[in-house]
Amino acid sequence: MSTHAAVKAKPVLSEGKKAERRLGLLLCAPAAFIMIAVTAWPIIYSFWLSLQRYDLKFPDKQEFIGLENYTAVLSSPYWWDAFGITALLTVITVVIELVLGMALALVMHRTLVGRGLVRTSALIPYGIVTVVAAFSWKYAYTPETGYLAELFGGAPLTDKASALAIIASAEIWKTTPFMALLLMAGLALVPDDMLKAAAMDGASGWQRFTKIMVPMMKPAILVALLFRTLDAFRIFDNIFVLTAGSQGTGSVSMLTYNNLIKGLNLGIGSTMSVLIFVAVAIIAFVFIKVFGTAAPGSDNGGKR
Amino acid sequence: MADIVLDKVTKKYPDGALAVQEVNLEIADGEFIILVGPSGCGKSTTLNMLAGLEDITAGELRIGGERVNEKAPKDRDIAMVFQSYALYPHMTVRENMAFPLRLAKIDDKIVDAKVAEASKILDLGQHLDRKPSNLSGGQRQRVAMGRAIVRNPKAFLMDEPLSNLDAKLRVQMRTEVSRLQKNLGTTTVYVTHDQTEAMTLGDRVVVMRGGAVQQVGSPQYLYENPANLFVAGFIGSPAMNFIPATLENGELSTALGTFPLSDKVRRMAERGRRPVREVIMGLRPEHLEDASMVEGANSSRGATFTTQVDVLESMGSDKYAYFSISGKRASSAQLDELAADVGVSDLGAGQTVARISAASRAKEGSSLDVWVDLDKIQLFDPESGKALTYSD
Ligand SMILES: Nc1ncnc2c1ncn2[C@@H]1O[C@H](COP(=O)(O)OP(=O)(O)OP(=O)(O)O)[C@@H](O)[C@H]1O
Ligand SMILES: [Mg+2]
Repeated sequence: MSTHAAVKAKPVLSEGKKAERRLGLLLCAPAAFIMIAVTAWPIIYSFWLSLQRYDLKFPDKQEFIGLENYTAVLSSPYWWDAFGITALLTVITVVIELVLGMALALVMHRTLVGRGLVRTSALIPYGIVTVVAAFSWKYAYTPETGYLAELFGGAPLTDKASALAIIASAEIWKTTPFMALLLMAGLALVPDDMLKAAAMDGASGWQRFTKIMVPMMKPAILVALLFRTLDAFRIFDNIFVLTAGSQGTGSVSMLTYNNLIKGLNLGIGSTMSVLIFVAVAIIAFVFIKVFGTAAPGSDNGGKR
Repeated sequence: MADIVLDKVTKKYPDGALAVQEVNLEIADGEFIILVGPSGCGKSTTLNMLAGLEDITAGELRIGGERVNEKAPKDRDIAMVFQSYALYPHMTVRENMAFPLRLAKIDDKIVDAKVAEASKILDLGQHLDRKPSNLSGGQRQRVAMGRAIVRNPKAFLMDEPLSNLDAKLRVQMRTEVSRLQKNLGTTTVYVTHDQTEAMTLGDRVVVMRGGAVQQVGSPQYLYENPANLFVAGFIGSPAMNFIPATLENGELSTALGTFPLSDKVRRMAERGRRPVREVIMGLRPEHLEDASMVEGANSSRGATFTTQVDVLESMGSDKYAYFSISGKRASSAQLDELAADVGVSDLGAGQTVARISAASRAKEGSSLDVWVDLDKIQLFDPESGKALTYSD
């Protein structure tokens, strides 16, 4: 299908198509310009910093050292520990969020009575500031102040596995509604008639879901997964509040923060943030490649 | 293949809307039944109840002698073609047609054979590997038909399957549907609000109005013996002319003049019904003719009046002469409803149409002697809308 489209798209564009494309570019231009001004500059600047030895505790030792910072970071077990924790949290939270978000979206899509109320209440966790929510979780899991600590016996935040579970659950609690909202937009794309047709063709409820709804929602699922994966990979505030990275629960963002802001090491900190940026870019690239045909815009049916 | 019986089937939506009330219908095995009626009369609701997509509020539905009220759509072995076609956009034509078979876990080889056969019947051979979005309207329609026929279901249900096609293609697909149904001999229930489709396709036509069945019969029977004003006005194009009349001493006085009742009409009108004086006279356009074109033998059972031709349309094979009638218009709840559906202000007034011979020398703006076939006059009670000349 995609090769088909590519072959067709290559030949000389007609006047109308050209004008359309020009208009499209013109309309994008202001946004693109602002994005470059606001995001490209910090990225370039941190890349520049990452090529220097630059520790604010020893400002006179600043010098250009090429890729030495990168070798230092990439050969450090701290970095890889944090990277592993981040990847683990990302995978676990995104998978659980996808499942729960889909269930929530189906419920919200189906409910006929009190739709508005259901949606609003489902969205409350997403509306609460992460740090505030994180503090309330923290107190809940702290012995003496919290009800959940007793439930789990002792101080769950002081143990690596349970602390990670708590971080993950706080993330999931907060962002599942967002996932559900994106998926619900996808559900609205599936016409009722099509589900009826599938029912007539002999599909059970589950088959209708897997064979009709999911494929048709693929673009929405992809977008939801991409957004959430990128977000989850940069997890910071929940960890910062709940454990501050103790018991080996620090993410790469946490490690970067510690080096950059606490350790005042601009060179190493910048190196790490560039690496995070690269990792995020790779994730996005893989998503687009793997689910390529389903990405919005590359779908043949949508182009008509 | 199976027969379908609707026994006092009623549908009440949760919001209280009574969409279908006490529909009784026996559909024979292999029969082609048309459900027709104005928008909102409950055709789709009836079909969806047959399909199992809507619950039946009351009554019983039997397919092949077995009660199926509680069965899920997938267990009823019925195929449906939707107005929107409802093709799966992420599947090719081949996958679309094979979908019901794959769900039924049928052998790959048999699936291939059946899809190939269906695509041959429907002339879709060269499009099998395309996606539905790359097909024309008529081709999509055929894929939808193909998806229905591959699995040899007990019955086909079709909800306005041709209404998204342009006029020419619709005519073409109409014959194709008819041919297909005849060859397969599968029981078919077909919903339409196009009365040409209703007249040409079905073995029997069910005219519905406001959720209730008005009349069931072969197209020709409904055309000649409508049970009430609604059916009379709905079936036929151009529509039947309705003229208010007074029945007195075996004569009909109308704004066009006074007509004696033929024996046949009088017998029917007097058969045990309460004496009605104010009636609505119904006249099909083809039962009016240019008086100079009528042969001697025929003219004896007719009457003649003179009128002014407002508009004359030549259709080639014959001509339509439009003339207006002075005086009050025929009014009845059923006629008003029909008029609202076709979008004119009223049916019972204004223009009357005569379908006259192509050889007629009638001219626009000049006067014309019009001959009325008195045997074919239909009389209706304006209040109940019932046909006084109807014999069942
Ligand atoms: N889901 C629903 N809830 C409540 N009322 C409904 C629902 N679906 C249909 N109705 C009502 O039931 C009546 C019959 O609807 P139906 O769709 O069967 O009409 P139809 O004959 O198919 O009309 P059309 O020719 O416009 O398709 C209408 O008055 C409609 O408003
Ligand atoms: Mg309908």
